[in-house]
Amino acid sequence: MTLTKRIIPCIDVDLDDDGNAAVYTGVNFEDLKYTGDPVEMAKAYNESGADEFVFLDITASAEGRETMLETVSAVADECFIPLTVGGGIRTKDDIKETLRAGADKVSINTGALERPELITEGAEAFGSQCIVISVDARRRYDDEGEHYVTVDGEEVWFECTVKGGREGTGRDVISWAKEAEDRGAGELFVNSIDADGTKDGYDIPLTKAVCDNVSTPVIASSGCGGPEDMEEVFVEAGADAGLAASIFHFDEYSIADTKAYLADKGLPIRQ
Amino acid sequence: MNATPQTTAAEVVVVDYGLGNLRSVTRGLERANAGVTITDDPASFTDADGIVLPGVGAFREGMDNAGPYRDALADAADRGQPIFGICLGMQMLLGSSEEAEHAGEGDVEGLNFIPGTNVRFDVDRKVPHMGWNELDVQREHPLVDGVDGEHAYFVHSYYAAPDDGHAVVASTDYGVDFPSVIANEDGTIFGTQFHPEKSGETGLRILRNFVDICAEQ
Repeated sequence: MTLTKRIIPCIDVDLDDDGNAAVYTGVNFEDLKYTGDPVEMAKAYNESGADEFVFLDITASAEGRETMLETVSAVADECFIPLTVGGGIRTKDDIKETLRAGADKVSINTGALERPELITEGAEAFGSQCIVISVDARRRYDDEGEHYVTVDGEEVWFECTVKGGREGTGRDVISWAKEAEDRGAGELFVNSIDADGTKDGYDIPLTKAVCDNVSTPVIASSGCGGPEDMEEVFVEAGADAGLAASIFHFDEYSIADTKAYLADKGLPIRQ
Repeated sequence: MNATPQTTAAEVVVVDYGLGNLRSVTRGLERANAGVTITDDPASFTDADGIVLPGVGAFREGMDNAGPYRDALADAADRGQPIFGICLGMQMLLGSSEEAEHAGEGDVEGLNFIPGTNVRFDVDRKVPHMGWNELDVQREHPLVDGVDGEHAYFVHSYYAAPDDGHAVVASTDYGVDFPSVIANEDGTIFGTQFHPEKSGETGLRILRNFVDICAEQ
């Protein structure tokens, strides 16, 4: 036996009009739809057989931070599986207070692109196992990239974006993934701006390119429309974990059914 | 020092030697019906039904921080109080670790309740071993009742290698069969390499088993 492929539900948490933490689910990083209470959802996923739980703070506001940390603690109290928390983490102190609130791992995106030393500092202080580097990748078809793959006959590279995909950084995702690994990242969380919210499946060329170039575990994200998409990203791309939001939140598929499907296909799954 | 609700099955102390997140393990034990006191006072061990050594981090730092508790833990061990080491806390139950030697700062002495050392994974796989893996129960021990063949959540680069194979209660395959649950001869001192507080229902079952062991004290 070996490590199982992990199935990970993810919630995006924002403040509602009354200033309370609430889960919203987006399509193409836009059109947010109210989905539920974070603590109730954590409780339900904990009981449903999820392998981990990801909590993303999408407020990106200083005033929201306090409420979010309290919410993280309330979620952690119901979470007897590993909990990853991301959103707005820029400093070593941010990492520390997020872990102290009850997160097992932190997911860092823009903060690491702006100051890559943050990865090294976090890994040295708290251990690589709790530093997850998240990238929001988008496809580019020009000659400014460093690592190209062929997709449908076209040469493509992947760029790291910030601000939910609205802003490019010029940074090649593969080069960045390697640097993040060298600096001590314990996992890579790969989102695709192109695939997000489409339910057409994960971006396989992107995920495969990252998996082929690093030995750090890769969590595939964005685009999952069902268990077949998870199967594809595990088998075709070599991902270690598959993350999904809307298919689970809106009860299109249960965690148990998804796992039963994958186990039936011969994949190592915890049931 | 929290007041204890009347309904708890056993009173356990979680040793706070400054490493890691104690919130999860405390919540897990409470869910398993234990009254939990987080303590940095060795004197409080005496009256506890059981003692938990948590731990995330490096062996040297762990043992340095656990230094002040060494005598009190040895006394507890002599009294036969249950002592439960989790992850690094389990590795500290042994005599030594390659991790401290790799750090190039000479030997660091573990608690030596279970003779042996901790060795680094030397396998053609990703290290740290991180994720869900299977428990293969090797022999009876109340801690592992009902969990044979279940999965638990691991995060580690070193594993315990007890001198006496009988100390191995359960093993797990990661390119090598390594001990994932160990116990001493009397069965009163034991540890899990994985995190029961993060291992879903299987982990809660183990925490309940631990509380049952403590309750029999």
